Amino acid sequence: MLRDITIGQYYPTDSWIHRLDPRVKIVSTFVFIIALFIANRYIGYALTFLFLACIIAISKVPVKFMLKGLKAIFVIILITVALNIFMTPGEMILWQYKSLRITGEGLYLAGLMAIRLIFLIIGSSILTLTTSPIQLTDGIESLLNPYKKIGIPAHEIAMMMTIALRFIPILLEETDKIMKAQMARGADFETGGIVKRAKSLIPLLVPLFISAFRRADELAMAMEARCYRGGENRTRMKQLVIEKQDYVAIGIMIVFTAAMIIIRFI
Amino acid sequence: MAIKFKEVSHVYSQGTPFEKTALKNINIHIEKGQFVGLIGHTGSGKSTLIQHFNGLLKPTSGEITILGRNINDPNTSLREIRQKVGLVFQYPEHQLFEMTIFKDVAFGPENMGLSKDEVEHRVREALSMVGIKEEMYGKSPFELSGGQKRRVAIAGVLAMKPEVLVLDEPTAGLDPKGRDEILGQIQMLHESLGITVILVSHSMEDIAKLVDRIIVMHRGSVALDGTPVSVFEHVEQLERMGLAAPQIMYIMKALRDKGLDVPTDILTVEEGAKALAALLKKQK
Amino acid sequence: MSYEAFITKAGEHMEHIVTGKGLVYEYFTQNEKGEIENRFRALDDLNIEIEKGQFVVILGHNGSGKSTLAKHMNAILHPTGGTLLIKGMDTKDERNLWHIRQNAGMVFQNPDNQIIAAIVEEDVAFGPENLGVKPEKIRKRVNEALAAVQMTEYMTHSPNLLSGGQKQRIAIAGVMAMRPECIILDEPTAMLDPVGRKEVMETIHRLNKEENITIIHITHYMEEAIHADRVVVMDHGKIVMDGTPREIFSQVETLKNLGLDVPQVTELAYYMQKQGIDISTEILTIEEMVDAIWQLSLKK
Repeated sequence: MLRDITIGQYYPTDSWIHRLDPRVKIVSTFVFIIALFIANRYIGYALTFLFLACIIAISKVPVKFMLKGLKAIFVIILITVALNIFMTPGEMILWQYKSLRITGEGLYLAGLMAIRLIFLIIGSSILTLTTSPIQLTDGIESLLNPYKKIGIPAHEIAMMMTIALRFIPILLEETDKIMKAQMARGADFETGGIVKRAKSLIPLLVPLFISAFRRADELAMAMEARCYRGGENRTRMKQLVIEKQDYVAIGIMIVFTAAMIIIRFI
Repeated sequence: MAIKFKEVSHVYSQGTPFEKTALKNINIHIEKGQFVGLIGHTGSGKSTLIQHFNGLLKPTSGEITILGRNINDPNTSLREIRQKVGLVFQYPEHQLFEMTIFKDVAFGPENMGLSKDEVEHRVREALSMVGIKEEMYGKSPFELSGGQKRRVAIAGVLAMKPEVLVLDEPTAGLDPKGRDEILGQIQMLHESLGITVILVSHSMEDIAKLVDRIIVMHRGSVALDGTPVSVFEHVEQLERMGLAAPQIMYIMKALRDKGLDVPTDILTVEEGAKALAALLKKQK
Repeated sequence: MSYEAFITKAGEHMEHIVTGKGLVYEYFTQNEKGEIENRFRALDDLNIEIEKGQFVVILGHNGSGKSTLAKHMNAILHPTGGTLLIKGMDTKDERNLWHIRQNAGMVFQNPDNQIIAAIVEEDVAFGPENLGVKPEKIRKRVNEALAAVQMTEYMTHSPNLLSGGQKQRIAIAGVMAMRPECIILDEPTAMLDPVGRKEVMETIHRLNKEENITIIHITHYMEEAIHADRVVVMDHGKIVMDGTPREIFSQVETLKNLGLDVPQVTELAYYMQKQGIDISTEILTIEEMVDAIWQLSLKK
């Protein structure tokens, strides 16, 4: 049942956001992150909150999935908040114990930082939830293409991502199979100290690596047999085209970023 | 009794949207010393079933008793059961990992905590059973041919001296000679050591030649269970399940339909040739 | 015959898609000091000609050299001696490489290790993309190739959720999208269950009949050779038998000595002969067998 797992966290549904060109979504996400750091007042984040709420509503992805990403960095948020609360110097002292103190400025800053982090995670989650890994790969390849001249291997990066997408589930399943086969021979992966556990991984890792190399070898041969010779002169069946909706999205992003800048400097 | 299943079901990812029933209400009794063929179309639940035989998977409901021990009982040692029920997976050569053939086969017995002498004794015994000669012991298992690798991998399970041997398609991908060698060795193990053998195979010809009982799995349930002759009688039902009977049985049936008095219990080509020769000579 | 004369002669006989003369493929293993330890001759002065549009099955036990021969036909390996021409093009000439691979497509044994993309249609498009075909034309080729293997409904699926037989059909479609004249299949059924084997065999027979694709099919399953136009048996890097399925399989003892099988039906005739019954071993199908025995039973 490992074959059923999907890489990343793509939430397959049909929405306006899902249909956007992946390049527009990737660039928009970067612009959004920069805009987050432009803002230095709560009013800016109020606007961001509204903006994100609208996007989430349009994307048709349940809010629950959006918040999933936050769980993983909950500890980081806590540490950031704590550091900001206790380490910010300021006039308005609310509480003090020896050299530890909480200031009004500290609370203000901690709140800003926490919101910034949360919005950052939600913003990038929208990208990965609404864009399939394959579209992401195509988008990255296309965005990196102009930089080929300065030595960025755009095609190779995309090909590696494609192959990884295809083979990660297969190798996961294989890991499960080898583990079971060794358990049937009395191997024990669960008990013992750290040295014993590390040692017990050898019967799993050696066959897994051998199998991965064999697969790589066979895949390379199969690719060559189908006339693969790198990115030179290669065409793609699916062309990415910027359509009307993408221009609308770009427009929205410009308006949002402009608003964020204005809020900061007025 | 070697293996006893009572109303066993297995559901993968229970309670999630990916929930999938792999086994439904399985009742099986396998006696000690039986040679059982397990057949079924891909996805029929065979693989899930055999992983229950040695406790790699536990049933989500129902009761399993292996060699007198209840799998569900938390006091049952699963390691002991895995040693007594040897499970040879598909393409077992993919699990080889040691520097030498000898060390690889010793992995199982060493995990059992046996003395060095006993381990060596068992490794030698197991390797000779699968026809690997002594001068090969120090070689890397990765230098061997496909058929030899597979025999070493099977020896790795035999060295644990299992009372029940379960083999999942042990001949997949081998050429006719490699296939005949492995099947011959399995048959010898069954006859000389009296081990209970459960053989999963897609080849009805191989199954018909070897086993004394066939269990047919279909959509997670036992569809047919009985002697080869009684199971292969249901040709139409087998074909609906994506299976078939050995070719010789089709010939015999066609001849019977034409009115020839051929016996109904023919399973192999040799038997068929004898019966047909006798029939034709009698008529002359 | 000189090399030039041989090339010219092969060029005149364009109906031969494969022309191999005196093929040798030798490789060796080295010990730690870099000295040659063992020499193997995987192909040993092998001659073969395959006509366009034929369905050829190559049989032989493991290590007989059949896989090595297949890899030569796709220019993955190059002969260390002799010459191999694909459609008149010498496989040793670098300039012919991509043309040969496009004309003589190859399908391998492991269905998982030859599918590159995580979506069926993108994988089928991989070959034409490499050939630099225009995007709109690739789309047309992909649709046609998927229709040819009857997998159109799986166009946007992930290959990971398909059965082994379906994956091999995708691999065949990936080759078909390059518009080859010939497909070489190196044990494509070895890892499949009987249903998957049947799917693959029906697909390649259909491509042979309807699209006139030359098929070179390597297998261990004797039943898959029954409906071939021609059966070639290899042993020790040489061709030891070559003929129609009927001619080959009737030689039951020769095949058994080569470590091979015969179809069950033929085996039955062979054992009946041994029992003193006057029956031909040139029998391949159940219908023929039933008929032959019925005729015998009437003769009293």
